[in-house]
Amino acid sequence: MHADDPTADGANDPLVNGERIMRICNACRYCEGYCAVFPAMERRLQFTRSDLNYLANLCHDCGECYYACQYSPPHEFNVNVPKSFAEIRARTYRQYAWPAPLAAMFARNGLAVSLVLALMLVLALSAATLVLGKDLVAATPDPAGDFYRFMPHRVMAGVLGGVFLFVALALAMGFIRFWRDMGESLSEFTRPDALRRALGDVLTLKYLHGKGAGCTYPDERRSQARRWFHHLTFYGFALCFAATVVGTIYHYAFGWKAPYGYLSLPVVLGTSGGVGLLIGPAGLLWLKLRSDPQTSDPGQLGMDVAFIALLFATSLSGLALLALRDSSVCGLLLVVHLGVVSALFLTLPYGKAVHGIYRSAALVRCALEKSQPMPDAGLD
Amino acid sequence: MPGALQDCEVLVVGGGNAALCAALSARERGASVTLLESAPKAFRGGNSSHTRNLRCMHDAPTDLLTDAYPEQEYYGDLWRVTGGQTDEALARLTIRDSAACTRWMKAYGVRFQPALGGTLHLGRTNAFFLGGGKALVNEYYAAAQRLGIQVHYDAEVVDLAIDDGAFDHAVVCAGGEKRRIAARALVVASGGFESNLAWLRQAWGPAADNFLIRGTRYNMGKVLKVLIDRDAEKIGDPTQCHAVAIDARAPKFDGGIVTRIDCVSLGIVVNRDGERFYDEGEDFWPKRYAIWGRLVAQQPEQIAYCIIDSRAVGRFMPSVFPPFGADSIEGLASQLNLPAERVIETVRAFNQAVRPGRFDHAVLDDCRTRGLSPEKTHWARAIDAPPYYGYPLRPGITFTYLGVKVNERANVLMKNGSPSNIYAAGEIMAGNILGKGYLAGFGMTIGTVFGRIAGQEAAIHARR
Repeated sequence: MHADDPTADGANDPLVNGERIMRICNACRYCEGYCAVFPAMERRLQFTRSDLNYLANLCHDCGECYYACQYSPPHEFNVNVPKSFAEIRARTYRQYAWPAPLAAMFARNGLAVSLVLALMLVLALSAATLVLGKDLVAATPDPAGDFYRFMPHRVMAGVLGGVFLFVALALAMGFIRFWRDMGESLSEFTRPDALRRALGDVLTLKYLHGKGAGCTYPDERRSQARRWFHHLTFYGFALCFAATVVGTIYHYAFGWKAPYGYLSLPVVLGTSGGVGLLIGPAGLLWLKLRSDPQTSDPGQLGMDVAFIALLFATSLSGLALLALRDSSVCGLLLVVHLGVVSALFLTLPYGKAVHGIYRSAALVRCALEKSQPMPDAGLD
Repeated sequence: MPGALQDCEVLVVGGGNAALCAALSARERGASVTLLESAPKAFRGGNSSHTRNLRCMHDAPTDLLTDAYPEQEYYGDLWRVTGGQTDEALARLTIRDSAACTRWMKAYGVRFQPALGGTLHLGRTNAFFLGGGKALVNEYYAAAQRLGIQVHYDAEVVDLAIDDGAFDHAVVCAGGEKRRIAARALVVASGGFESNLAWLRQAWGPAADNFLIRGTRYNMGKVLKVLIDRDAEKIGDPTQCHAVAIDARAPKFDGGIVTRIDCVSLGIVVNRDGERFYDEGEDFWPKRYAIWGRLVAQQPEQIAYCIIDSRAVGRFMPSVFPPFGADSIEGLASQLNLPAERVIETVRAFNQAVRPGRFDHAVLDDCRTRGLSPEKTHWARAIDAPPYYGYPLRPGITFTYLGVKVNERANVLMKNGSPSNIYAAGEIMAGNILGKGYLAGFGMTIGTVFGRIAGQEAAIHARR
């Protein structure tokens, strides 16, 4: 057989296998109507490591191309784009992580995230105990629900603000590394047309939409479930984040101190977001555990579940804190919530969350490419 | 296997597009339906899994197709490719009914998309399945399950009991056992015999050993043979098959679309002895690819080599197998195991015969050779821009034409002429309409139109 035999096993290196599969797909092209990956593939005749990193992150893992594939296993060509691209994505998450030594957190991500969570809980507990100098579970509940008596505002804001700045820097560095790997200049990223188009794709999850039919996840039957659960998660998170921003503005700009009333803007935003952030992650986990093992990379289950669980725990502890803020467990719940939130943020650059950065950036690049004329790649 | 084999009103033999259209149509008419697919579930769908579109008549632009493709033009195209070897009444019936196909298909969940990249010339005539033929087959199987059609995989029909032209029961080999399944009407949609290497050898001689089968390994033609043995009137010639030139490194079966080589018109093709043997630039590639299987089959050892230079790169659909490449013709010949001196001489003579012209791959341009045998009449450019590339070619069988004769109700005609309770659809009867040659997407049209007719007629007969 020829050295470039498409059946040759390149399973040891995801990029070798990915290149092999893309060569088959590019000679077939039946799937080009499904998503952005295949039209982007058709602009190329060869697939470099950067190309594969790009295409893998452009893939939304909807599974359609696997079920439609005439070459999927047990066919000897063994074409499985969702699985191959999941493996390549996992590699890129490590490759782009900043600072580089922390990429090790991806290796056993579920464990790493759990350890960070435990550490954050202990730190928050110690801090609160230090401040309070006595038992955290207050003997007499505070009807006003003031939680700054467990932890002064400046401590809370200082620590979380620091975490936030570090995380923002780490994510930005990851993005820059991805973008450089694509061979694109940063000025290209800010082209308004491409940015607007990509933003639309991200905010609507266009490529999980299947033109209204949904996608083949968790199994061969098409459904919109994943898209809606993802929307609940993403927009729930966004609303919770907005609640924090509004609270910060209230505190510093107007001198209005928490706790805020149940019908105040921060609490309404946080509560509605929190509900989304309960249902969304629970739904995603439910789908994940029922998903077709054929199309996924089993090595990533820990990472996926860790992120989903942290999102869920963030929302659950936040809502519990709101509901029980005037009870005796207020202090304990505050500490748990702060621990979970800091663990969530600290692990954002070293867990599943980075998929949002790289996929969005890949969509921007895809929009940039679409604005260029089609290169000579077999379309004489 | 879900449930035991049960007697039914309509028994459908086959598991591809035509069989599924027949099963769904029979079920629409209220019949109880059992479908027997000889392949395992993972390889269900026969050659339909490798298809991507069907050719539709339309008198005005539709949601899927541009402009118009009226009956007369469609029939004219068919007449041309078959050289008139078609049953006009059945052909026109197929063409007219093709207009209603996509609506019916959509109702069962089949989705469509704009014409695929690289096939823009088909955007007017052919409706493309989103995701290709396997996606279509998947939708039909899902619909069959919803509607209560009994589907059995790994269920091979080995014999049919036909009494005085009427079908009584089938003998099915499933799960290592032989069982009988009786039905009031039978639809055979089990494809041709192109996967049956012994039968191919019988028709073609030892040359057949070098043929590759582009599609399923399960089209063994067993039911076709049984029907012919039981006095069904046959149509077509067993030595006729649709064969294209594909990459010689393709697997024996199921290589499908990716094994095609689309650069013949951009280069030259030599045989084992390093000699050219046909005009590579006779016409546009989509109109000529179908004759090259036969041309290669007639060469010694059924092998040929397409040679291009770097100027051709990027001008044709990429192939799944990377070409052999070298910086000299001699180096390329040695990689391809060809006699170097002969190949060098062939290329030299070709280059010398190339007349100046304006190269344009989109039209029948004026780049041609003079004084060569055979000439290359279009797109002839000297092969002198290294690196040089070569693709080995073998005949790749797409389908066979031998089948059973049917009437306009898809009834299989027996030798005594009386229509029976046996109906046929798809490749097993395509020879009625397609005596030779091929039109892109027409196999799926025949399968869909006759699948629907066969299913309906079988259900009407069964419930009478």
